[in-house]
Amino acid sequence: MQLNHEELRRAYRTMRLIRDFEERLHLEFATGEIPGFVHLYAGEEASAVGVCMHLTDKDSIASTHRGHGHCIAKGCDTDAMMKEIYGRKEGLCGGKGGSMHIADLSKGMLGANGIVGGGPPLICGAALTAKVLQTGGVAVAFYGDGASNQGTTLESLNLAKVWDLPAIFVCEDNGYAESTSSSYAVAGSQIERARGFGIPAEEVDGFDFFAVHDAARTAIERARAGGGPSMIHVRLSRYYGHFEGDGMTYRGAGEVEALRAKEDCLKRFRTRVTEAALLPAAELDEIDRAAADQIESAVQNAKKAKPPTEADLLTDAYVAY
Amino acid sequence: MSRKSFRQAINEALRQEMRRDPRVVIMGEDVAGGAGSPGEDDAWGGVLGVTKGLVGEFGRQRVLDTPLSESAYVGAAAGAAATGLRPVAELMFVDFIGVCFDQIFNQAAKFRYMFGGHAVTPMVVRTMYGAGFRAASQHSQCLYPIVTHIPGLKVVIPSSAYEAKGLLIQAIRDDDPVIFFENKVQYDQEEEVPDDPYTIPFGEANLTREGDDLTIVAFGRMVQVANEAADRLARDGISCNVVDPRTTSPLDTGTILDCVADTGRLVIVDEASPRCNMATDVSALVAQEAFDALKAPIRMVCPPHVPVPFAPNLEDLYVPNADRVEAAVRAVMRHQGR
Repeated sequence: MQLNHEELRRAYRTMRLIRDFEERLHLEFATGEIPGFVHLYAGEEASAVGVCMHLTDKDSIASTHRGHGHCIAKGCDTDAMMKEIYGRKEGLCGGKGGSMHIADLSKGMLGANGIVGGGPPLICGAALTAKVLQTGGVAVAFYGDGASNQGTTLESLNLAKVWDLPAIFVCEDNGYAESTSSSYAVAGSQIERARGFGIPAEEVDGFDFFAVHDAARTAIERARAGGGPSMIHVRLSRYYGHFEGDGMTYRGAGEVEALRAKEDCLKRFRTRVTEAALLPAAELDEIDRAAADQIESAVQNAKKAKPPTEADLLTDAYVAY
Repeated sequence: MSRKSFRQAINEALRQEMRRDPRVVIMGEDVAGGAGSPGEDDAWGGVLGVTKGLVGEFGRQRVLDTPLSESAYVGAAAGAAATGLRPVAELMFVDFIGVCFDQIFNQAAKFRYMFGGHAVTPMVVRTMYGAGFRAASQHSQCLYPIVTHIPGLKVVIPSSAYEAKGLLIQAIRDDDPVIFFENKVQYDQEEEVPDDPYTIPFGEANLTREGDDLTIVAFGRMVQVANEAADRLARDGISCNVVDPRTTSPLDTGTILDCVADTGRLVIVDEASPRCNMATDVSALVAQEAFDALKAPIRMVCPPHVPVPFAPNLEDLYVPNADRVEAAVRAVMRHQGR
């Protein structure tokens, strides 16, 4: 652990913001006010934050359909995100993207993605930009165990190695592709797949922020130093369904309750830093309160915000047409 | 100005844009060729030699041979475009779009609108289309109607070497994703082409021939076929407009409608499969917007609704030719309706 006081606070605050954002969406979605569908990241926070703590705006990430956590970890504004999820004009994408397409290119966030396996090729391109223009940046593809079986992911691992790109592939294996278990659908091993392409790969406990943070540091430092791509297999789980409204009939009895009790990155983080006297509990409590306030105000602001106008239907299909 | 082939015109456009802008990179299968091989570097310059010589000037950092992984590298082009490069990806044959269509129509085409106007995706996909090469069903299709269907994409079909150079430079400078169709039968065709860089704007049709009796709208190589038919018809006193729209998205509907208003008769020549192609699209446009101007039913000259056949005699029957265009024009001229 090499994090200073402020970094520890930031890590906890960002994970807490993601958790609160998602827990609140779970409640708000049930009211019917949020259009479409949402896929919640609760339970997986240590992955997004453990990786993105090493990144700046010149680094790019590509996310997934389960993208809110990556957005927040990469610095997207929670107010503008919430407005986007509510379909408001002041949303991060003007209300034209929604939960599955939140992006903020100014932050290097290339978008949540409605297509499973859509991100890894894009990240090869972002990494190519960094390499050709010598920006010193790296690019990270977050993808799930489901996407690990898409040809795009395997092609991208190969291309990243062939082109020696500053790319990091983070497989967030939450155990389920929709309702289908990765124990059924993933042949072989994620890290052996990457190693088969000659890419260094590591498996980490995704409930342990510090484990993810360490693995990500190694991979990102390697990429920045010109050492090419890396892969990290993050084992974790989600507290909610594939989408909100998913009855989770495929999960075992008591599975989620046990996870929440025993496998919670926030609780683990709190125990670790308080026992080591790195952060006092009172300071963590204060972060919790501030996060709750921030999310409350994001929801209230989103509810009050206006939808796009009819004129917005036809704008921005092209830069110029 | 000098005589250049269609192939040379495209090569020159790429070279001049790569000199002008260090953000322009090209990528694709064998665009240099010979990567990692014991023989020549720059072994191919693309399967038909269109990008030959570029790796010598710009190096492998900007002329990127790819694995046979269209999903990965076309997607990479989209990601690179969204982050600051201006990539030109070569999709060897448009028939291969099936394995990278997601990257084109769900990713590149959507970024700008879906991200609320905050993204630009200045990428070009250059690709070969068209029958006549005895290349059979999986290397001969047109498929430009399929990408024309997708909002967010621009679609360019140059009809000659001059058009190819100006339209490709425009495509590379454009901030939207462009699919650029090159007819493989035309690569060796030569004409006078300016040596300096120039652009041809999108959405501005070229009236390649002016006439009073009938308007022919044709796409890509079919512009030549239409003009060949128009030459013959002129000898019999039938004078035709021949409109080359240049781009199917954006489409210059104004020029098409003006020409139909002037002549009252329309034949459309499209090498793409006949259902939901550019001929049906233009036909619908004219039926809706210029019905009262029409003196006769619209005729469409297209291939039959079958895959492109291999046997040379069958392929020759498949592709629209000047005989069929001439026959269609004569049929329209004979119409005694109103």
